[in-house]
Order: sequence, then C-alpha cells, then structure tokens
Amino acid sequence: MRYFSWLLILGLLGLAGCGQHEEGGGNVSLTGAGATFPQPLYAKWAAHYAQMHREVGINYQGIGSGGGIKQITEKTVDFGATDGPMTDAQLQKASGELLHIPMTLGAVVPIYNLPQVTKPLVFSGPVLADLFLGKITKWNDPQLVQLNPDAGLPDQPVTVVHRSDGSGTTYIFTDYLSKVSPAWKSGPGKATTVNWPSGRGAKGNDGVAADVKQNEGSLGYVELIYAANNNIAYGDVVNAAGQPVHASIESVSAAAGTLKDIPPDLRMSITNAEGEGAYPISGMTWILLYKQQENEAKGKALVEFLWWATHDGQALAAPLHYAPLPKELLPLIEAKLKSVTAGSKPLLTQP
Amino acid sequence: MSPVYRRWKSRLFLGLMGLALLVCLVPLASLLLTLVVKGGHVISLRFLTAGWQPVGERGGGIAHAIAGSLYLLGVATLIAAPLGLAKGLFLARGDRHWLTGPVRVLLDVMSGIPAIIVGVFVYTLVVRRGGFSLGTGFSLLAGGLALAMIMLPIFARTTEEAVRAIPPSVDEAGLALGLPRRRVVLWIVLRSAVPAVLTGLFLALARVAGEAAPLLFTAFGSNAFPGSPLEPAGSLPQLLFEYARQPFEELVRQAWGAALVLVAMILAVRLLTHAYTRWRYGGHGGHA
Amino acid sequence: MLMTTVQLDGDQTENLSCSAGASRQAFGDRVFFAVLTGASLIAPLILLLFVAVLAYGAWPSIREFGLSFLTSSVWEPNPERERYGAFPFIVGTLISATLALALAAPAGIGIATLVNEVLPSRLRGTARFLIEILATIPSVVYGLWGVFVLAPWVSGTLQPALAKPLGFIPVFGPPYEPRNMLCAVLILAIMVLPIIVSVSLDAIRSVPASYREAALGLGATRWEMVRIAVWPPARSGFIGGCILALGRALGETMAVTMVIGNGRRISASLFAASDTVASTIANQFAEAPSDLFTAALIEMALLLFVVTLSVNVIARWLIRPAARTGARP
Repeated sequence: MRYFSWLLILGLLGLAGCGQHEEGGGNVSLTGAGATFPQPLYAKWAAHYAQMHREVGINYQGIGSGGGIKQITEKTVDFGATDGPMTDAQLQKASGELLHIPMTLGAVVPIYNLPQVTKPLVFSGPVLADLFLGKITKWNDPQLVQLNPDAGLPDQPVTVVHRSDGSGTTYIFTDYLSKVSPAWKSGPGKATTVNWPSGRGAKGNDGVAADVKQNEGSLGYVELIYAANNNIAYGDVVNAAGQPVHASIESVSAAAGTLKDIPPDLRMSITNAEGEGAYPISGMTWILLYKQQENEAKGKALVEFLWWATHDGQALAAPLHYAPLPKELLPLIEAKLKSVTAGSKPLLTQP
Repeated sequence: MSPVYRRWKSRLFLGLMGLALLVCLVPLASLLLTLVVKGGHVISLRFLTAGWQPVGERGGGIAHAIAGSLYLLGVATLIAAPLGLAKGLFLARGDRHWLTGPVRVLLDVMSGIPAIIVGVFVYTLVVRRGGFSLGTGFSLLAGGLALAMIMLPIFARTTEEAVRAIPPSVDEAGLALGLPRRRVVLWIVLRSAVPAVLTGLFLALARVAGEAAPLLFTAFGSNAFPGSPLEPAGSLPQLLFEYARQPFEELVRQAWGAALVLVAMILAVRLLTHAYTRWRYGGHGGHA
Repeated sequence: MLMTTVQLDGDQTENLSCSAGASRQAFGDRVFFAVLTGASLIAPLILLLFVAVLAYGAWPSIREFGLSFLTSSVWEPNPERERYGAFPFIVGTLISATLALALAAPAGIGIATLVNEVLPSRLRGTARFLIEILATIPSVVYGLWGVFVLAPWVSGTLQPALAKPLGFIPVFGPPYEPRNMLCAVLILAIMVLPIIVSVSLDAIRSVPASYREAALGLGATRWEMVRIAVWPPARSGFIGGCILALGRALGETMAVTMVIGNGRRISASLFAASDTVASTIANQFAEAPSDLFTAALIEMALLLFVVTLSVNVIARWLIRPAARTGARP
C-alpha cells in the first residue's frame, strides 16, 4: 500500500517534470496585455521575433484596451496595449511617464448576420448611431432601406452586440459615432466602455465576432481582421466626403494620409477623416510602456522588439488586413524609443 | 380511496421521478457525446505535445497549457498540503481544544466562497503593485495561491476524516509503548492514514483542476511554457475560456480538444482514487 | 490541551531515568500541537483578511454611492459623470439562482428518492456514478457546451416553441436574444443538481429502515411510504442541500458568463441577455478603467461574499444533524 502511495507521488512529479523539457528558450520573458484589436498581429510578431531571438519570449494576452491601460498602470505587465489613447487623468495616475508607441492601423467595421443579404450593406454614421442607440430596431427600417434600396432587407429585429469589456475598438467606434451624431455625443459619449443603451455584451473582438456569426439578425462592430478571416459580412460606411467606402488597407491608409498636425505624444484620432476614399472608422493602436524601465534586461528586449515591429515587422501587417504605419510617423516613433531608459542609461544602443 | 387508485398514484409519482432522472441524463449524454466527438477529432500526439502557435499557422497544440495546469496544481499542493494536513490532524486529534469547533465551521464556510472572489482577493492582495499588495504581478505563484485557497478546506476535511478513521486504540497502543504524543500522531496515526489522506489530496486536486475563475486575475494566461514562478502561466481551463469565444474555427476546435483532455484527466484521477479506495477498504468504500 | 496524554506520561515516571525525558517530551508535544493549532488558525485569519481586503477595496464606492449602490441601475463609466449601481446584476443573480433551484430541487430530490428507494441496488451504483460525473465536469466545460449546444437549442427550438403560444406573457416575450437568462438558468440547474442529489441521498439514507418497514407493514404503497416515512425525517437535509446549491448557484461564474449574454438590464423576458454579479466581475475586473469602477466591482464581490457566506452557514447548520459528512461543497 505504501508503495502505491509512492507511485502516486512519483507519477505526479513525473507529470510535472514533463513540462520542464518542453520549456522553450527565453532568458527574458515579456508579458503584455491589452487590446484584442491587434492581437492576431502581435501574436504573429511574437512568434516571428521568437524565431530570430531565441532568448526573448513574448507573451501577449488580449484582454481589452481598458485592461491594457489598467494593467500597465498597476505594473502587473511589462507593456500595455490600447486602441484608445489614455486620457490625461489616466496618465496622471500612472506612477511614471508612459509612452504611446503607434504600432499599426486598422479599421472597425459594422458586422451583421443576415444570410439573405448577399451584397455588403451600406451604413451611414447617423444610421449606425441610431442602430446602437436602439432607435432603429428593424432591419427593414426606412433609413436603412434608403441606403440599401436593392438589398432585400428582411423584416427582422436588429439585435445589437457590443463589447462587455473595456475596449479600444469601442473607443474608435464611439469616437466616430460622437463625431457624426449629436445624440450619441450627449448620450453614451466616447470611451473604452460606455453606458450602452441597448443590446448584449460579448468579451473581446473575438467574442463579438463569434456572437454575431452564431446568431442571425445580429449587428456588431469589430476590427476588420475578425470579420475578414471569419467570413462575416461587414458593411461599407459613408465617409465625410459623402461616399460609401469599403474597409481595406488602402482606405485606412487614405484616412491616415490626411493627418496634418501630429501631436508630440502621438495620441491622435483618425476617425471621420476628410479625404476622398478615406475609411471613416479607422483607428490607430498603441503599445504603452514606461519611459523609465525598472529592469534593464527586460526594457532593452522590449524596445528592441518594438523597434523591429515598427520597422521590419510592418511587412507582416498587410496579410492580416492591418495597414502599415505611415512613413511620416517613423521618425517620431524612433525618437520615442530612443528616449526610453533604465536608471539613466538609454536602452536602445544600435537599432 | 381504492387500492387501485393508490397503486396507480404510486406508479405515477415514481414514474415522474424516473422521468426526472432521464431528463437530467439527456444533457449529460449530450455533453459527453459532443465532448468525445468534437474533442476526439482534434486530439493527436502533436496536439498534446506542441506548444501554442499564432492563428493561421499549423500545428499548434496545448502542451503549454497542460504544463501550466500541472505547475499551478503543484504550487497549490505545496501551499495547501502542509496547512491542510495540520488542520486535519488538529481537528481529528485535538478534540478537547475549544478552537476545533469554530475552525471546522469556518473551513466549511470557506469552501463556499465563490471561486471568482478568491481571484479578486488574491489580485488585490498579491498581484497588484502598490498599496499593501505583495506586487508579484500576474504570476504562477498567485495562481497557485488562489487554487490553494480553494483546495485547503476540501483537503483539510478529507484529512480529518482519514485521521479520525484510525481508531483511538491505535493511539493508546503507541502511547503505552512510551512514545511521545507527537510521535504517535505523526508516525503511527498519520502513517496509517496516508493512503486515505493522499486520496483526499487527489480528490481536492481533481476539484480545483477545472477552475478557471480564480485564475483569470492571478495566473492570467500565457502562450509560453511556464517559466519562473513570478511569470504568468497558462492553464487548461483558462485556455478553454479564451478559445471558446474565438471566431477562428481552428481555436474553437482546439477548445473542444482541450476540454476533452481536461475532463479525461479529472475523471481519470477520480476513477483511480475511487477504485483504489474500493480495493483498499473493500465493499462499497466511501463514495468519495 | 490533549486528552489522555498527561495521565499516560505520569505512568511513565516509574522509570526514574526517564523523568527528565518525559518533561522534554511533554514540551515537545506542546510545541507540536501549538504548531498544529497555529496552522489551523490560518483559515479563520484568511476569512478575516478577505473581509478586510474587500471592504478596503470597496471603500471608495461605498463612500461615494452608499446604499444607492444596491438600488440604482445606472452604470455610467464615462469619466466625467461616473456612477455605478449594481441593481441589475443583483436581480440577475437572484433570478438565475432561484429559477435554477426551482428546476433542480424537485428533480434532485426525486432522483435521490428514486435511487435509494426504488432502483435495484445494481443500478444504484450506476446512477450515483453518473451524478458523480455530472459533479466532476468543470464549469468552463459546461460553458463550452452551453455556447455551442445548449444556447443554439434554446434559441432555435425552445424559444420558438414557447414564444408562439405563450409569447403574450412578458416572461416568454421579446427581446429574443441568442444568449440569455434561460440558458444560464438551465446550465445552473444542471450544475447544482449533483449537490442536491448527493445531500438528499445522505439525508434519505440516514432514515432508519424501521420507519419504512413500519409504513409498508401498515399497507402503504411505495409512494405513500416515501411520503409518510422517508421524506419527513429527511426534510431538513433536503432544505440544507437546496440552500447549499443556492450558494453555489449565486457564485457560479464561468459557465454563466459564457451563456448569459452580458446585457446589463432588467427584463421580464427569460430570453433577454442579462448579467449576474459574478459574471460582471469576471468580464470587467481585469480591465476596469478607473479606480471607482474597480471599487464598484470589489463592492459587488464583497456583497456576493457576504451573501454566499450566510447562505452557506445556514445550509451547513441545517445539514449537520441529517448527515455529518459526504456532500462536496
């Protein structure tokens, strides 16, 4: 009997030991958390970077932009990620100076599940606002029919899916809605999480996409890749110039191309951009890190990774439907990365 | 009332109970069937031994989460086992002490705390930086601690019962030989209770192995194999929760695979301990 | 501190050379049991710490909203006009747990009775085993099944079937959402069933066989025997089991979070997306955008802690006379 007990113990130890062998290299391991919007790209970057630098392991968890801001503020992670820039109040609360490093551009698209509609629907800003305010409740509402005369919209209730977590995608979306709808601006307003007037919540871009995909009559909003990669129908949106625009790398780049004065802290909004062919619900996504790093090895690995991601790594963006960073931003980003220090030592030695 | 009426009434109600049993078996059957069918398709040697791959790349597996789960359970055992053992011994062999009553009640009460609150508690006290918190950040250690807090009351109770099952005559025999009380308790009583104590430990492990709620804000999740105890760690339940809400078919498939692996592991432990208890104590054994 | 020790140690002093050793032994014993006692006190200390930590974390919210936190439905995270009220979550928690219990309690007690009183002993083991499996399956796995099997069935089959004839009653009326309160109720009912069955079974088994023999001897049918001789003495066990299950249902998180739809509103309809206290914490705690938001969530955790704690104390107190052991939490 005693032997049996020992066997049980040995078995447990053996099982625990199994994991040990698999342990990949990674003398420095970086943990990041935040936005789900760029998660597929960050995951790809992490995997690619790990192949080139076996000594660096990067673990990114998509928990929502609100989470990215909160967790970097509480220093539970090495870097945060968000699609909505931190507010001044949030920046003040952090125990050190936080930098916003733009990583990539993306589009937020309205997604829907209407099997009988084959052509992409056209939405306008005010109509989207009314849909999410719960003022338009049927798919064959006159306002929608006017935008889509031949779509054959069904007499079916619209069920709205929004984010249940703090989200930068929500920030971009509500930032846009606040610009085009006074009712939205004075109502829910723009933030990473708002007081939703209607609908149900799902966690993450992934959760919203999965929910809409599984349920007919649903309307939601997600980052483009989540719609494109999962064959979920997404609508075109009428931009400031009055033309319906399909979300694509080109139309997002067009929106970013209209940037005139870039603020020095790189916190900027590119929604409802003026240009021809500019997709109106375009957004930028940032990685957040402390200018003063506590751990030199980690800080160095982090800025080197960010340098790579904002330069060579950009080539990986397009296949995943993200638009590369505009060229004019690069010098500003480089200056930011070079300013990161540990102690008083700058961390980026040779780019 | 005629006997016929009474007999039919009896049959009717017994029939209703039978119906209740059948209705309750439907979801169980559906769950197990879906699990085996959907999960079975995914499971392969590669799936069980390979680590995480980003969506779109082939050959991703869940080995990092399996390893993470085992590490977390290991840490939880290291924390909960000594404490639970001490508590169980105290409750079973410290009868006259005025604290045994309150301690037992509090243990029972502790086992009813919702797992999610344990997560909030450990986050506030251990994970978060600043304030009175230990500030470990998301870590294997914090996750293990959260699991340990759920394990502790279960393990302490099973230990108490295991030790209580050793008749006092055994103690008396030891004391009559002139051994000090502590030796009697540790060498004779505890030693005879070891198999039952271990069974309890494994049952407690099986119980917490499936918990995701306490890990969300503590171990946090990771795509990498567990490294240092101060880094975040993945786990099967957390991966399952994560993947289940993914729109990517591949990840949903993996979620089913992971679910099957998790349930199989837990059931295996339970069935083994059950069989062992039966074999050892014969007959019906405890129903564990 | 200990029962027979002193006496026996006294007997040993016959052998004089041992007497110094005996006092050292007594000292060693005292240290040993002091360590045991100390370790045992960690559980109560943790509980105290729980209350302290949660109350401390919740303080900003308690100070800001006071009692209105419990009755207000406003959930406004906009930093300029932040306000939080937990009323919809409290209602969602209470509704989901009570309805789940209303389904699971009769079924559970019926099954326990059936297993112990009617089924041949061969099948008894199998039934116990199946219930055991039901209890073993982790919450997330129930959630996974809920998302991909139960919820589609509810919205595709059950909802049309109920809505057509009964849709005029608000409970079965619109809004019809694909993840909803009913999914959560059903999944909770399945999850708490094993608790009710196993506690009820213990209660029924502790009823002396002579009661049954007496009833049957008087010519009772099997059902009458159950009603007259088995259920009354087991009743406090039944109630205890149900309250224990209630405690579990109130705090259950993962499966509910996955199927309830996370809609923060109070609706008469079972088919509306809702939220519970636990599911809101699971969804939002790691990413609360402000301190007040975090405090509001911690206050909800504190609330849930206090409620489940009281429920558990009541349940344990009721179960104690019926069955001392058994029944997993």
